[in-house]
Amino acid sequence: MLYFSKLRITLISFVTLFFIFIAASNFQDSESSLISNRINLGLDLQGGSYLLLEIDNGPVEVQKLQNTTTIIRNYLKGIKINFTDLRIDNKAILFVVSEQNIDQVKSIFLDKESEINPYYSQYKSHQFDLIIKKNEFKLVLSKYGLIEIKTSSQDQAIEIVRRRVDEVGTNEPNILKRGNDRILVELPGLDDPMRIKSLLGKTANLTFRFVTQNNNDTFGVETLQFEDNTKEVKVSKRIILSGENLLDAQPQMNNQTNETVVSFTLDRVGAKRFGKATRTGIGKQLAIVLDGKIVSAPVIRDAIVSGSGQISGNFTFQSATDLALLLRSGALPAPLNIIEERTVGPDLGQDSINAGVFALLIGFFLVILFMFFKYKVFGLIANVTLFVNLFFLIGILTIFEATLTLPGIAGIILTVGMAVDANVLIFERIKEESKNEKNNIIAFDAGYVKSKTAILDANITTLIAAIILFFMGSGPVKGFSVTLAVGIFTTLFSVYFIARMLTSLYVVKNKDKNNLI
Amino acid sequence: MINFNKFYKLFNLISVILVIISILLLFFKGLNFGIDFKGGTLIELRANDKKINVTSLRVSFTGMDLGDVNIKKFGNENDFLIKIEKKDTSTDAIEIIKKNLSEKIGSSFNFRRVENVGPKVSSELLKSGIIAIVLSLAAMLFYIWIRFEWQFSLGAILALFHDVVITLGIFSLFNLEINLSIVAAILTIVGYSMNDTVVIYDRVRENLRKFSDIKIFELTNISINETLSRTIITSATTLLALISIYLFGGQILKGFSLAMILGVIFGTYSSIYIANPILVILRVSQKTILKEDTE
Repeated sequence: MLYFSKLRITLISFVTLFFIFIAASNFQDSESSLISNRINLGLDLQGGSYLLLEIDNGPVEVQKLQNTTTIIRNYLKGIKINFTDLRIDNKAILFVVSEQNIDQVKSIFLDKESEINPYYSQYKSHQFDLIIKKNEFKLVLSKYGLIEIKTSSQDQAIEIVRRRVDEVGTNEPNILKRGNDRILVELPGLDDPMRIKSLLGKTANLTFRFVTQNNNDTFGVETLQFEDNTKEVKVSKRIILSGENLLDAQPQMNNQTNETVVSFTLDRVGAKRFGKATRTGIGKQLAIVLDGKIVSAPVIRDAIVSGSGQISGNFTFQSATDLALLLRSGALPAPLNIIEERTVGPDLGQDSINAGVFALLIGFFLVILFMFFKYKVFGLIANVTLFVNLFFLIGILTIFEATLTLPGIAGIILTVGMAVDANVLIFERIKEESKNEKNNIIAFDAGYVKSKTAILDANITTLIAAIILFFMGSGPVKGFSVTLAVGIFTTLFSVYFIARMLTSLYVVKNKDKNNLI
Repeated sequence: MINFNKFYKLFNLISVILVIISILLLFFKGLNFGIDFKGGTLIELRANDKKINVTSLRVSFTGMDLGDVNIKKFGNENDFLIKIEKKDTSTDAIEIIKKNLSEKIGSSFNFRRVENVGPKVSSELLKSGIIAIVLSLAAMLFYIWIRFEWQFSLGAILALFHDVVITLGIFSLFNLEINLSIVAAILTIVGYSMNDTVVIYDRVRENLRKFSDIKIFELTNISINETLSRTIITSATTLLALISIYLFGGQILKGFSLAMILGVIFGTYSSIYIANPILVILRVSQKTILKEDTE
């Protein structure tokens, strides 16, 4: 175990220097250094906001059921099958057909080529599960139908979330999917996420609809409140124009009224429809409805054919800017709820870094002092190994651009404390062997060989704990498991290459001395 | 040579009593779960005005209808930690608080940290925390079973169980907060305690192979003594590192490092006084090991 060839010594020295170089690059400007990799600081260290959003898919499911009901109605009418009592009840579509049609209707829904009830070849399942009681049909969204709804609304929502966050212009936001109904938003450097939270909290479903007094409107009528909760009016359910038809929206000062408004531009289809509606509806009130509340309901004075217009309401410049932003980025497919929020201010982050680094230095210093007094020359070797180990650890975190968190720093300090264990095991074993073996080289060799299984087992157990923590832990705690796990590998490497090499050089030189260790 | 085995019975008794007390504490007093596991809002506040204290803050919070509000000093003279156990997750709570504080007290505040965990997330975090700890114990049990014999595996796992339960018992006794980082600490304790046990077990196994005429009662004592200086040195360096985190690593790491310090102390103790007596009780002998070798 003690022989090291010249080539091996050179190689180990080279690797060590390489890692020292990489680790040191963290402290240089990225422009002047050769490698651009850096350790990322976690949100708890650099300050920032962590938001976990959950998509409320309830409305989307209801929408899906309503659409499917319409499709079923038209389809069955189309092929002249009589049905009665078609309705939605408790998240299920129900209808009744006559006895002789049961099999035909059944095959319509269960056929793999079914147009109404699509078959997902990847899931081996239909969109709806079919339950037949006598001659009553019951359709419930299948497990995979629900997954399809969730993933597609998640896909849409993440896109809208990204647009809204980008529009606000925070630096390097991190927006990721979590499960199939959650979205994680990380906003480094943002210490007050209020604006983002209020932007993400709005679905931004915009519609233009006529105010009506006529309860017999063919599309149905609903009573809506104004945004300031002062008044209620009846509004037709017929949608003249929706947010989808918007090309652009900007906040603007209206020079005549000195009021802040949101001006918008419509696409071609929208402009056409808007023109037609305003031409026929002169004198009527047009309600501008956002997420079920009326922003304003101006009276139409002229036909608007230019494809552009203005929304007024009691806007401040800020609220007009936000509304314009929401309209530009589009509507969310479903409401989002913030179910977890963690925000750290930048000064607390800096305090944490200072405290962490200070604790690391103190801990390191104490361990080094202790080892030196206990083992003298070999303590020195262990300490050099510890230094190199630290560079390896930081170097590897740098290469993989790992995220360093406050618990992560604690993991490094803990590694410092535990890293000497392997060397201690070896040194103590050598001491024991030296009692019976006067030849230093044989004693040292035996020390290394015999301590091997204990070192391996001891480190694997810690590694198991770190791996479990990595998969089960979240956020900052994950950072701890990463440094702990990487620390185990760098420790083993530095002990078996660096420390062993230094030990062998020393022992071979002093092989005739008594009580070497 | 120190006769550790003379005290096997005494310390076993003490350990059993401590474990029973801890379990009783966990059952009847329970743990002080933080917002990570219970849901709610946490705010770390720094007041720029030195006159502001816990009482004046508490006064300003009355009448806000936020449910159970807990305010205490946090490290620094004018740093405060406010915990609110509001079950429903209206994230507006933070805005209301900010507005209310500036109206009632007026002085400028620095919101250093704001955390808001909904009830769904907190119950998920608690579940995954428990799973993580159980999983790690199971993984250790399995690993030691493969590397040694089942008697060793049982001894090691009982030692681990002992460490985790007593550490949690102490947290319960002193009403210390359990949050995500404490789970991390407990997993690390599991790793560390195992590490310590394995080193002694490794020596026990080696000695079992070497000596056929020494009883396990003596043999464990010899093995503990042979590895004793390593046990002390490693515990010492690890404790040095942990104490420096506890003292200098800032408020956030206090609970974490305290749990680890307790874990290291009990882990070292249990490797000697739980893991080894179990081998004696289970009458491990050379045969147990040789059977493994011939297989």
